[in-house]
Amino acid sequence: MRPLIEVHGLRKDYRRGGDMLHAVDGIDLALMPGESVGVIGESGAGKSTLARCITRLERPTSGRVFFQGVDVTDLSDRALRRFRREVQPVFQDPLTVLNPRWTVRRLIAEPLKIHGERNAERQVDEVCRDVGLASELMTRRPRDLSGGERQRVAIARAIALRPSVLVLDEPTASVDRPARRALLALLKRLQSEYGLTCLYISHDIRTIAETCGRTIVMYRGRLAEEGPTTAILNSPRHVYTQILISSIPRIDGAGAQPGRLKAGPASGQHLPDTGCLFAHRCPRALPECAAGPPVVEVAPGHRAVCVLAEPAGNHNGVTPS
Amino acid sequence: MPGLQIDGLRIAIGDRDVVRAVDLAVEPGSCRGLVGESGSGKSLTALASLGLLPRAARITAGRILLGGDETVTPDRDRTGGVRGSGIAMIFQSPRAALNPVLRVGHQVERVLRRKDQHGDPRKRCVELLGAVGLGEPDKAARLYPHELSGGMCQRVMIAMGIASEPQVLIADEPVTALDVTVQADILDLLDDIRSRTGMGMLLISHDLSVVAERCESISVMWQGAIVEAGPNRTVINSPRHPFTAELVRDLANPPNVTDRPPQPLPARPADHPPAEAGG
Repeated sequence: MRPLIEVHGLRKDYRRGGDMLHAVDGIDLALMPGESVGVIGESGAGKSTLARCITRLERPTSGRVFFQGVDVTDLSDRALRRFRREVQPVFQDPLTVLNPRWTVRRLIAEPLKIHGERNAERQVDEVCRDVGLASELMTRRPRDLSGGERQRVAIARAIALRPSVLVLDEPTASVDRPARRALLALLKRLQSEYGLTCLYISHDIRTIAETCGRTIVMYRGRLAEEGPTTAILNSPRHVYTQILISSIPRIDGAGAQPGRLKAGPASGQHLPDTGCLFAHRCPRALPECAAGPPVVEVAPGHRAVCVLAEPAGNHNGVTPS
Repeated sequence: MPGLQIDGLRIAIGDRDVVRAVDLAVEPGSCRGLVGESGSGKSLTALASLGLLPRAARITAGRILLGGDETVTPDRDRTGGVRGSGIAMIFQSPRAALNPVLRVGHQVERVLRRKDQHGDPRKRCVELLGAVGLGEPDKAARLYPHELSGGMCQRVMIAMGIASEPQVLIADEPVTALDVTVQADILDLLDDIRSRTGMGMLLISHDLSVVAERCESISVMWQGAIVEAGPNRTVINSPRHPFTAELVRDLANPPNVTDRPPQPLPARPADHPPAEAGG
């Protein structure tokens, strides 16, 4: 099967003062049809920039983005129309996305009209039913909706055109727990009903664990580790991932142990030009880290970019999952 | 004698009771978690303890004691005097709580000066910033909030919170806005300060896992009332109230996640040359 979306060596630089900030620094990625992939990492890891480049809201500095085998990296806005119809973004805060003066009905009809759908009105009703928006909400404006309802409007806009890919950037970060549950359930249902391929960006690892079969861990614009979500959660091999996963608070109280691995402070240092970007914060850094860290296949489909990761079948007592 | 004791607290906005029947105690040196959803009345309870209720709200019944002294009652619900000396609070968005046009050192010093302490406030300020884990505290003191990361801003807030050596620190969602690795570091810092100073702490969070990991005892708030309270393990392992049970269930069995802790690190491979000191 051919990937629906392929990303090769994606880079995006921003000028910050006199410096260049490498927000995304060489990411490769493939999304298979129907698959859900999660992207995790701390703020500043480049997750959102990656999402903006894949949806072509930003033009990458270098690297290529392919959709169904077609290079969309340099297409003009006009030529992108078909791509935009197929690849839809959903953002964190619907209040910043939705026109505050428009009603729910107009907001959801807009993308349909832009793309010249004839039965826009009827389709609005259909899609509202699909995302669970009650018909009495149709005349309301974004401010008069709850956070969960607003995000449903944003999702309705995204799926109204029946896209094949959703790129969701922190889709549940702006709502509280019951609404988050409901939104995740909705997204999972839509995924199977519409056969959607999803890329989930989140700093909330639980969200990713619930929705994604495969997870990518980013650090400072680069790949740290990728693999099946269960492997990332249960046997992370990059030291950064290990710290990230062990920092998740757990109700069994097993997390907050005094001996927990800790990362050093992030601020102040200039990042090295070569070698592992995490090395200066890494509690297990070795001299070899200053050279480029190897990409180690620790198990089929599970790769870690870390000197300490061992290839499959080469370590004691830990079964690769 | 408890550090902070809240007895039968009721708070009304207009004629609607938004907090009803809250009983809560924070023992010196211990940490109590207060968990509940947004709108359940957690923050109002905290604000009432500091005499900081918003104008629209008033206390209709109950009392709050600090170190055995009655500090807040229905007649005296805005007692600014208790703040600083006995009780202090840190908030969810540290950047919003700090003054953007003043250097952070200056803001910490202001707390110290108000308390009329012995010693040099400037020196004490640098000590405090060091104690909360800011590298090069003398330089950090000269920075403005926008020059600091969210985690560093929260460290400054903590420095201000503990500057007056309060008996009780209320931490209202102190890590919600931070990255998960930074969250763990900030919570470690609060644990550490608590064990060194004997300060009591009320840790407020919507996230039961944060509270379960850090607190000796847990109170669960739902729709304005405490619906369950008890020792940490009792509440987590045998929740009585359905709301608590749902919170626990939510966190215990997320699909796809096994409940095992992360695998231990593989032993360092023998075929690597040992790292030499000084590299």
